[in-house]
Amino acid sequence: MSAAAPVQGRDERLAPTSTLRKLLARPELGSVVGAVAVFVFFSIAAPTFLQASSLSTILYSASTIGIMAAPVALLMIGGEFDLSAGVMVTTSALVSSMFSYQMTANVWVGVGVSLLVTLAIGFFNGFMLTRTKLPSFIITLGTFLMLTGLNLGFTKLISGTVSTKTIADMEGFSSARALFASQWTIGSVTLKVTVLWWFAIVAVATWILLRTRAGNWIFAVGGGADAARATGVPVVKTRIGLYMGVALCAWISGQHILFSFDVVQSGEGVGNEFLYIIAAVIGGCLMTGGYGSAIGSAVGAFIFGMTSNGIVYAQWNPDWFKFFLGAMLLLATLLNAWVRKRAEATK
Amino acid sequence: MARVRTGVRVVGAVLAAVLGASLAGCSSTGGKRAEERAKAAAAGRPAVSTPRWTFAMITHAGDGDTFWDIVQKGAKEAAAKDNINFVYVHDDQAQQQAQFVQNAIDQKVDGIVVSLAKPEALKDVLAKAVKAGIPVITVNSGSAQSAAYGALTHIGQDEEIAGEAVGTELNERGRKKAVCVLHEQGNVGHEQRCAGAKKTFSGTMENLYVEGTNMPSVQAAIQAQLQADPSVDAIVTLGAPFAPTAVKAKEAAGSKAEVDTFDLNESVARDLKSGALGFAVDQQPYLQGYEAIDLLWLYRYNANVLGGGRPVLTGPQIVTADEAGKLEEYIKRGSR
Repeated sequence: MSAAAPVQGRDERLAPTSTLRKLLARPELGSVVGAVAVFVFFSIAAPTFLQASSLSTILYSASTIGIMAAPVALLMIGGEFDLSAGVMVTTSALVSSMFSYQMTANVWVGVGVSLLVTLAIGFFNGFMLTRTKLPSFIITLGTFLMLTGLNLGFTKLISGTVSTKTIADMEGFSSARALFASQWTIGSVTLKVTVLWWFAIVAVATWILLRTRAGNWIFAVGGGADAARATGVPVVKTRIGLYMGVALCAWISGQHILFSFDVVQSGEGVGNEFLYIIAAVIGGCLMTGGYGSAIGSAVGAFIFGMTSNGIVYAQWNPDWFKFFLGAMLLLATLLNAWVRKRAEATK
Repeated sequence: MARVRTGVRVVGAVLAAVLGASLAGCSSTGGKRAEERAKAAAAGRPAVSTPRWTFAMITHAGDGDTFWDIVQKGAKEAAAKDNINFVYVHDDQAQQQAQFVQNAIDQKVDGIVVSLAKPEALKDVLAKAVKAGIPVITVNSGSAQSAAYGALTHIGQDEEIAGEAVGTELNERGRKKAVCVLHEQGNVGHEQRCAGAKKTFSGTMENLYVEGTNMPSVQAAIQAQLQADPSVDAIVTLGAPFAPTAVKAKEAAGSKAEVDTFDLNESVARDLKSGALGFAVDQQPYLQGYEAIDLLWLYRYNANVLGGGRPVLTGPQIVTADEAGKLEEYIKRGSR
């Protein structure tokens, strides 16, 4: 017996872990390493990449993806997909614009109606999922196709063309623009309001995940719905809530597009749902649910912003654009998985 | 073991046969060699001694679009001649296009060429470019907004006028009932083409929306339309790749309708010559790219502006069987 013998009766699971070890166990660690790698790469490959004005452009580009990637990450931690997220953004912008125009109402009325409609779509996704027990991939694929058709059909029916009419001269436009699409110029740097929205959404999502009961429910539902139900987690409520969270952010995104571009094209938004999923996955979310983080989704969105703009700043041939994008994403995700494995090995 | 060895032998024999065939069976016509001969005749070297400016071209083209490939080719060849560092990017989403214009401003380019398919989306960012002192030229679409957004010139075809030319041509050919095939729902220019054709066409014309990204479904949709209404005697497609598909659909449906199309490509030229197609409406995409770069160069070099504040039109040009033969070699080269 020596004096340095461990205290008897202490549970090793309650032993304090070092800060470094806590950091290593975070889901977003791998994506941060990936982000640094991509940043260094483009700093060397593209001479204009490091300008302040370029970085503000990249930040804006990342925010447009990131606003949606955060709720999508939460949804994926809860073990579900939403393939309708991309066109839902367009739907929300269209509803807002057309309602204001057709009713000759204050623009804010359209914004409010759009919020209700978008939340209803989110509720529909969640409700159908919990009621039918079909996989969310199928449910939201159906919603995606229906919304794509509704966007085109309704716009054509109401406006007579495939894009909305301008609402820039209507009451309330400037105040709504200030909230959803304003920007501040400091020297050569332009900070867009979406960046603030993005940070706020990521902060709220992180708080929900790590500091509230709802966060525990999300992890539990994603880890195993039956086990979660057995321990008293409100599975149905959690899932519907997650889909409505995606809808809420789709509304914010949609209003941004409407108030920064004034006219909305009805055919847009298709394909963006995959960008949100990709950003979440790079950020450490597992496709199987139960693991991931909101901060990771922000890092994933930032990697996407750096890559898609960096390729332009590097003046590469655009024919290869998608190839590079795909390769970068694969590499970032692989690096991510590798870092996670190393981190788990050191536990 | 023996099985493996026979496998190797079979593969070897097949490879040898293929190689032998390709060496022995040379084609004396067409192919890569003919293309290289044509290319050698049109090699580009700078013809001026102005500084090496950078011009960026941002378009709303989707991936793998024939039409925009020709526009790009025209721009590239003008850039080679004018000693320009030419940067080309494209995206079919307005938001991304605006982002690319911003990228170009960040890079402090010496000139911007942009297509305004979704003008309002690019309004703010173009104002920024003008404020930064970068000359802007708009191409292909957005003739109505070009001047208001501060562009020097617009180069393109007025879609309405092009449509009207189609309607007139259909009248001359004695057509009574036409179908206008739109392959991209949401494209304002396409709507204008069909509307223009409707305006001057004395018969009746219906719009048919098809999914341009899925050729088999395009064929099925046209076929169904022809079967549903046998009295249709003209089909107008809005893009060259869809003309042969419409011809296939017409044959499958046993219809006597004449197929006409916007834009040119190799198979359109061939079908025009053989009479499978009636006529094509060309808007000379090569010219749109070439002139845009050349005019930016002229503005930088000599402060010249073309068009007197009005759009410079590159079309419509009606191409029939007689002209198709002459254009075929240029189309093969990918410049018409």
